[in-house]
Amino acid sequence: MTSGGIGRSVSAWAAGAMALFGGEAWANPVPNQMNMTQGVSEWSPYAMHMVALWVCVVIGVIVFGAMFIAMFRFRKSRGAVAEKWAHSTKLEIVWTVVPVIILIFLANLATGGLTTFADTTGADMTIKITGYQWKWRYDYVDYKGKGVDKVGFVSKLEESSDRTRQLKSNLDPDKIQVDGYNTYLLDVDKPLVVPVGVKIRFIIVGGDVIHSWWVPALGWKMDAIPGIANAAWTKIKEPGVYRGQCAELCGQDHGFMPIVVKAVPKAEFEQWLATQEDEAKIQKAAQTAQNAPAPVPQG
Amino acid sequence: MAHAATHDHDHHGAPKGFFQRWVMSTNHKDIGTLYLIFSLTMFFIGGAFAMVIRAELFKPGMQLVQPYFFNEMTTMHALVMIFGAIMPAFVGLANWMVPLMVGAPDMALPRMNNLSFWILPFAFFMLLSTLFMPGGGPAGGWTMYPPLSLQGESVAYVIFAIHLMGISSIMGAINIIATILNMRAPGMDLLKMPVFVWSWLITAFLLIAVMPVLAGAVTMLLTDKYFHTNFFNAAGGGDPVLFQHIFWFFGHPEVYIMILPAFGIISEIIPTFARKPIFGYRAMVFAIASIAFLSFIVWAHHMFAVGLPMGAEIFFMYATMLIAVPTGVKVFNWVSTMWGGSMTFETPMLFSIAFVILFTIGGFSGLMLALAPADFQYHDTYFVVAHFHYVLVTGAAFSIMAAAYYWIPKWSGHMYSETWGKIHFWSSVISVNVLFFPQHFLGLAGMPRRIPDYNVAFANFNMISSIGGFWFGASQLIFLGVIIHCVFFSKKKAADRSWEGAKGLEWTVPSPAPFHTFDVPPVIHDDELAHGNTDH
Ligand code: HEM
Ligand SMILES: [Cu+2]
Ligand SMILES: [Cu+2]
Repeated sequence: MTSGGIGRSVSAWAAGAMALFGGEAWANPVPNQMNMTQGVSEWSPYAMHMVALWVCVVIGVIVFGAMFIAMFRFRKSRGAVAEKWAHSTKLEIVWTVVPVIILIFLANLATGGLTTFADTTGADMTIKITGYQWKWRYDYVDYKGKGVDKVGFVSKLEESSDRTRQLKSNLDPDKIQVDGYNTYLLDVDKPLVVPVGVKIRFIIVGGDVIHSWWVPALGWKMDAIPGIANAAWTKIKEPGVYRGQCAELCGQDHGFMPIVVKAVPKAEFEQWLATQEDEAKIQKAAQTAQNAPAPVPQG
Repeated sequence: MAHAATHDHDHHGAPKGFFQRWVMSTNHKDIGTLYLIFSLTMFFIGGAFAMVIRAELFKPGMQLVQPYFFNEMTTMHALVMIFGAIMPAFVGLANWMVPLMVGAPDMALPRMNNLSFWILPFAFFMLLSTLFMPGGGPAGGWTMYPPLSLQGESVAYVIFAIHLMGISSIMGAINIIATILNMRAPGMDLLKMPVFVWSWLITAFLLIAVMPVLAGAVTMLLTDKYFHTNFFNAAGGGDPVLFQHIFWFFGHPEVYIMILPAFGIISEIIPTFARKPIFGYRAMVFAIASIAFLSFIVWAHHMFAVGLPMGAEIFFMYATMLIAVPTGVKVFNWVSTMWGGSMTFETPMLFSIAFVILFTIGGFSGLMLALAPADFQYHDTYFVVAHFHYVLVTGAAFSIMAAAYYWIPKWSGHMYSETWGKIHFWSSVISVNVLFFPQHFLGLAGMPRRIPDYNVAFANFNMISSIGGFWFGASQLIFLGVIIHCVFFSKKKAADRSWEGAKGLEWTVPSPAPFHTFDVPPVIHDDELAHGNTDH
């Protein structure tokens, strides 16, 4: 890492540590981030993660605390003499039953989270995602109950990251920035544009091998498997650019197929979609004109 | 006549010729030694691969290797460590110690014992040779998910190697079960056996149950690749997810195969150095058995993100969380064994205490991973990498090191250098945390696993982790040094009962253990047994 990187990182340590305890929301990874993002979607496992983490911390303090007391008090060098007892039914019942109660509490929380996640009904929009070695394809299927006409494109690692990541390129990953944020390996040529405040259903499939579509700010990942159509949903609360990566090993460039979701206000999105549809029409027309044989008389 | 001749021969001690003694060996102690040496060798080879991985991940940008080679390294590292280092080490320990602990003269099936060891070098020669072949080695991850794994050129070699390892494991398991069930000295009732023997008895059943499942899964891969079957090929009506179900039906019990014998080892060592019987012997045995049972019904917790039906996710989540209960019982019982004891802290004890703490940390992250909705974030990130290294390195590998320090006086007849043992311990325990703890942060912050390069935001923790990695790797050279010194150079003779608080039959035979022990079954005195007789 360059010295500039270290300098910048030091100040980020503080932010990272603050965020660990304050529960601040990051949209994208920040230097020295230590905890999961709260995310920007209506569904988020963040709260459950924090509950589980604290449950573990508390149990850890009790168990390790008891161990350290034992190691201090019952040392031979302090003259401790070994006692003879080797079991206690009462204690054994306690430390079977208490964990069960804690687990029931956690299981209850998690079941709630699963149920809401699994409910992909009532979506106002459908997007089909296809994973390929090593890029993503996005097809807009419908929006507000109406089919979308031929809007779809491929999204892959943007060019400057791609040059920098070549073996011994001698190019500096620190230099790849968008608005002061380092986007090395986290930027694409064409992002997925979506509206905020709309429940979006994703249909996720694999085109060749298995991939996994993951944007941490949306709170989940879902495998893209050949021959299987998986479904997941999101409802993004704030406009922004949310970055992620393929999360299932898919071959040599698995590390180089990022995901960028650009969430914009509804009106802006509708405008964007209309332009895309127009472009698709023009393209289609141009193509048919080119490919069409001499017009055959109807009859 | 012939019988009398062999009988005579048996009492002469080890054969003189190198080939005769080591290649033709049917002696449980020599075969145990072979397993342990093999395992240590694989530990260093797998470790070298890990050094390549950590070097490439030292900072952002690709500096050393091509991405494809990086994937070969992650795949080979896992295969070598799991099948070459951890599993053979436990089999080696079983070979050495199970007969000594139950008062048997040898393993029940000594010739098969020879075969099950000598298959392994060939299996690993074949596996490692793929790295030098034109198409390269396997690069689809140790989990070998199709369709990706079928894109490799080395599929046939890898699968054949895995079949050999599986055959070796199954034969080893049969041998251990036969020995424990048939060869115990009179009076060594099942519920008087050391916990280590119990843990291996249960592990051996797990091995026999799941190694054939792995063999089936990889054979289907083979026929999909070369014989036009379509088990896992969606275009031909197959299902790639089917492979994952079969693989993890093997894979989850497999991770317990790598930890149950560790539980056994720790349950021997802590009572010795606490000078107090193991707390709740029966509960310990019962906990191992229930963990083994549960391990068959949790496999899909590795597949929460493949899009299972909600009912399945809920079932596998609940079953996985249940495992925390018997695992907790074990941890609480180890702590209670220490409570009220008279403790000293020799190297085996230090490794055992580190095991209890650090394995428990791995158990905590396991519990978090079991929560399916949270796993949608954790899955396939460095958080999972941190989890399984806490349970496998500071769990399984630390228990093996603890066992090596604990029993090496019995094996070699010499004491190791306590000073250097402690240096090895402290260096390892600090570096391993520098290596793996920051990986929790990386995963939570969003770094996927199995990637050769990453965004600048992940730079610092990766650099810290790599430094810890090199340091941990270097620390293991101390381990090698301590072992070589102990076996060949140490002047300090080990007593028969090498540790003041040690109990169990293995400490009633001379150090080093003679070539043949318990030709005449020993008489069992209950107060000789490690867990004492206060429990019933
Ligand atoms: C309290 C006990 C444990 C629980 C609840 C637990 C839970 C889990 C879960 C849910 C995963 C899947 C994570 C994911 O891929 O998203 C996992 C992965 C893993 N666990 Fe555990 N675990 C436990 C103990 C162990 C032990 C004892 C071992 C081995 C000694 C182990 C080894 C592994 C390995 C190797 C993986 C990763 C496999 C891979 O994807 O390559 N775990 N564990
Ligand atoms: Cu991928
Ligand atoms: Cu598992």
